[in-house]
Amino acid sequence: MHRSVWGILPGALPLLTLMVMLGPVLLGLWWTLAPALGLLSEGLSLGPLRAALAWPGLREASLLSVTTGIGSTVIALAITALILAGWSGTRAFAVLQRLLSPLLALPHAAAAFGLAFLIAPSGWIARSLSPGVTGWDRPPDLLILQDPWGLTLIAGLVTKEVPFLLLMALAALPQTAPGRSRNVATALGYGRVTGFLKTVFPRLYVQIRLPVYVTLAYAMSTVDVAIILGPNTPPTLSVQIVRWMSDPDIGTRDLAAVAALLQLALVIAAILAWRLAERGVAFLGRRWIESGRRGSAEGAGRVAGYALGALSALALVAGIAGLAVWSVAGLWSFPSALPDGLTWRSWQRHGPPGLEAMGTTLAIAAIATAVALVLAIGCLETEERRGVRPSRAMWLLYLPLLVPQTAFLPGVQIGLLSAGLDTGFGPVVVAHLVFVLPYVFLSLAGPYRAWDARYSTVAATLGAASGRVLWRVRLPMLTRACLTAVAVGMAVSVGQYLPTLLAGGGRVATLTTEAVALASGGDRRAIGVWAILQTGAAFLPFALALGLPALLFRNRRGMQDG
Amino acid sequence: MRLAILASLLPVAAYAQPDPADWDAVLDEARGQTVYWHAWGGSTTTNDFIAWAGERIDEEYGVTLEHVKLTDTADAVTRVLTERQAGEDEDGAVDLIWINGANFASMKEEGLLFGPFAFDLPNWQYVDVNGKTVTTDFTVPTEGYEAPWAMAQVVFMHDTADLAEPLGSMEAILDWATSNPGRFTYPQPPDFLGTTFLKQALIDLSEDPSVLAVPVMESDYDAVTAPLWAFLDELTPHLWREGRAYPQTGPRQLQLMNDDEIDLAISFSPGEASTAIANFELPETVRTFVLDKGTIGNASFVAIPYNSGSKAGAMVLANFLMSPEAQLRAQDPEILGYGTVLDMAALSEEDRSAFDSLALGIATLSPAELGQVQDEPHPSWATALADDWQERYGTR
Amino acid sequence: MDRSLNLIAVTIRRAGATLLSVDCEIAPGEVLSVMGPSGSGKSTLLSFVTGTLAPAFDVDGSVLLHGEDITRLPAHCRRIGLLFQDALLFPHMSVGQNLAFGLAPGPERRRDRRARIEAALAEVGLEGFAERDPATLSGGQRARVALMRMLLSEPCALLLDEPFSGLDAERRNQIRRLVFDRARARSLPVLMVTHDAEDAAAAGGRVLRIGGEDCG
Repeated sequence: MHRSVWGILPGALPLLTLMVMLGPVLLGLWWTLAPALGLLSEGLSLGPLRAALAWPGLREASLLSVTTGIGSTVIALAITALILAGWSGTRAFAVLQRLLSPLLALPHAAAAFGLAFLIAPSGWIARSLSPGVTGWDRPPDLLILQDPWGLTLIAGLVTKEVPFLLLMALAALPQTAPGRSRNVATALGYGRVTGFLKTVFPRLYVQIRLPVYVTLAYAMSTVDVAIILGPNTPPTLSVQIVRWMSDPDIGTRDLAAVAALLQLALVIAAILAWRLAERGVAFLGRRWIESGRRGSAEGAGRVAGYALGALSALALVAGIAGLAVWSVAGLWSFPSALPDGLTWRSWQRHGPPGLEAMGTTLAIAAIATAVALVLAIGCLETEERRGVRPSRAMWLLYLPLLVPQTAFLPGVQIGLLSAGLDTGFGPVVVAHLVFVLPYVFLSLAGPYRAWDARYSTVAATLGAASGRVLWRVRLPMLTRACLTAVAVGMAVSVGQYLPTLLAGGGRVATLTTEAVALASGGDRRAIGVWAILQTGAAFLPFALALGLPALLFRNRRGMQDG
Repeated sequence: MRLAILASLLPVAAYAQPDPADWDAVLDEARGQTVYWHAWGGSTTTNDFIAWAGERIDEEYGVTLEHVKLTDTADAVTRVLTERQAGEDEDGAVDLIWINGANFASMKEEGLLFGPFAFDLPNWQYVDVNGKTVTTDFTVPTEGYEAPWAMAQVVFMHDTADLAEPLGSMEAILDWATSNPGRFTYPQPPDFLGTTFLKQALIDLSEDPSVLAVPVMESDYDAVTAPLWAFLDELTPHLWREGRAYPQTGPRQLQLMNDDEIDLAISFSPGEASTAIANFELPETVRTFVLDKGTIGNASFVAIPYNSGSKAGAMVLANFLMSPEAQLRAQDPEILGYGTVLDMAALSEEDRSAFDSLALGIATLSPAELGQVQDEPHPSWATALADDWQERYGTR
Repeated sequence: MDRSLNLIAVTIRRAGATLLSVDCEIAPGEVLSVMGPSGSGKSTLLSFVTGTLAPAFDVDGSVLLHGEDITRLPAHCRRIGLLFQDALLFPHMSVGQNLAFGLAPGPERRRDRRARIEAALAEVGLEGFAERDPATLSGGQRARVALMRMLLSEPCALLLDEPFSGLDAERRNQIRRLVFDRARARSLPVLMVTHDAEDAAAAGGRVLRIGGEDCG
């Protein structure tokens, strides 16, 4: 009786989860690539591969993908580590955390648009300094956006990656008992930053390693951010793939499919290189730890981390504020810092359809996230009860995040169509689940596995069956981690563009499909309205994730950490 | 009762081939259908117009219109192609596509379109078949596989605050750009409008533009395009950002003009500037001009995929878009500012006077001022020029 | 009735290597101290008795409680109480809820259950603590709550895993006496794992040394 459901399911659930995740990716890859390589008909044809390799921009586009991807991830990780090292547990940290967490929910495209308007030569910063400070009565011809080295793209990615990594780290942090380590390190004469980097960070990194890889893969294959902020002569490889996909010449779709394979290879290579670098850094790190040095740039590191974190948060907030102003702007030309007049016209136009889309968006997000949460908890609990160590197979869960979407989504569409399953709400939920589940798993697995299993032993010896332990002890103690996972899952769902478009056959209109469609037109007022609605949809779960535990456990000091 | 159930079980057999010649039957069949119109969703004004059209055909014919907002027309083409690959031949996701040029040529060649239907639509009688290029699309005969709903012609928008006088030729544009570096750019090919700029420049620079009417394969490409590349080599260093970055779309280019980053921009809609001014998307000082030798003109069409499940409804919509009522609204610069496809002489007195009394809009040229309409080159030129451009300027 | 805890020919192996072998009987009210260096498998032995041993271990032998073979029973059916070095009070529950968690669900009313909880708190000098947040208690108070929580679940035997090493010297004596007294009062067989000779001495019972030496 104690085994009831789990007695039947334990083997099946992780398997089911893996199938939900892997099936679409593998089938999608096959269905995308097989026709392109002629594997279904006349036999292997290397024409598209040759054409892709012969494209003159290939070298530079690939290089851009690698440099912007690795560059932004390194910087974002460094900022995250410095913020945690210098400030975790302080009031200033709480402020920054409150500021950054909801920004995770900000859809990438909206964030990029906000940022673009902020820093462009005709952007908000230039406007507020002109003509007074700068003397510009018209914008200077400066290549800030879309610079050929991708620096703006890196900056844009960093601002979005820091909140993600920080949130992932925060979810894992309590399990590394940072307070205790900090006290010990301080007692041994280590400064805050050095102490953290030497005692807590190595353990923390192990727990957030996968999110870091996901960040890297995402940064290398992002399309929307790269189109808005990245260089275009040539663009990054992923942008070029999308261009090929939308070329009127139907033959170039094969080229796109093959190039997507190249993109996949690049991502894999970058992750392997990163893994090697981890070892190198770990080696150097150990020597640093053993050296016993107390660190000299203590203050500088602390300030730099906070300043950069705050700067990226402020940039995002200011960008969104800019979009908000645009949503009510009448005529607004350079160099006016504010619009000449305000009008509700954009909201009257886009508000009603926006609210309708918001309903659909939240419904899809809620269902996909709920299913993902059940599957993730099921897998983790099974793993726990069978006493197995985290299975290596579970790595495969992250495949949908590591494989570029362009490489397998077109194939998924063919698969859905062949099965007669496409178009509509259901397939969209399933397609979202493929991307939501890894993130939910990712944010839940660390805290779940690191949970002190002695609580479970104690509860069992008190006569609680495993179900009661799960519901009464484990899940309540992991409330914060679960809610964080839900918030992340919903934000991911809200931001999905390509899966919604392809699985919905264009018939399911979410905030993101509508916003991205409008973004292609560049009407800042419309983008402003939709981006703000979109941010609201993703923000709501985050507000709950932050607020609910604080409310539920307001009288439980033991639940406040982290 | 029983029959109704049977009928509902056999929708495919019943609706396989609605014949537009039997218009009453089409109307009957269309009632209650939902038409998914895949159309670019990047323009608020166009979206509003489409929403209005939806309300009207719902009132009038009981047809529901859902606007599927695309970022790129090719997404819809890909969708239909994918559906055929997967064997979805009867009720695809796309019922109507806003299309022209290369996308149309591709779909027609691949047999992905339903038709011919356009010439049998009741409102075809008002269409200006002789005066406007509505039966060929980039030189490819439409053969009734798509129905026109708006006319477009290349114009240049200039901010008179910085560039007072129209420029009559590509040479003049080059001269002006050289003395005003950084104030001109065009959308990056293969963007539709960017490629149009290349074609326009090529036509204006060539001695004999008629060679562009035949496919690239049948002409001396290098010789024909040499003047264009010479022109661009000279122009590029004087472009906005010295040609190291380009706006990705037409509307992005418009935004640059609104931000006063550029003073000159290409547009494929004579009324766009006026509409944009009314929507605060361009400064009030913007005006338009055409080149002395004329500019390229074409039509926007709608086509029905072979596997649409609501072909009757789609035809009702296509027909409605050609109605004097819809055309009048589309041409209103406060609404859309698109040129009409109709022949004024074919209209009733009432309709004609309604068109006549339409204000042109502050920055819109009159039909006479728009001058000579040049034909689009064969679609293969667009592809070839865009590819070549990317190699020369897009991958540096 | 036999109310002792019997470990009969218990041998625990991991990856083929024998970790420990034990064969002993603990009488009601008796404390058996198991001592050994860290890594000798003391805690593994406890996991085996509580039924939470990881599958990576191979075990021969059986556990008898009150003469009944409980080797194959799941942990929550064994009626074996356990105290760790940390009190491990559930941080999301109040002190009273923690105690209620251990209280076997019975026919009695809510009010009666509450009364039992109050009585249990009073027994260890914590009257009126039911609504308190466990995180606000001192180490000694927490240890006492953990003890009463365990006792309310009415175990038939008691396992102690380094139970007093987290406490300062003064508290340690106090809590130690409290635990042993309660166990004796309820005639519970007690198996204590410790590396602290003082604990073993205070327990006053037999001492079993594992890790190299054979057991008695």
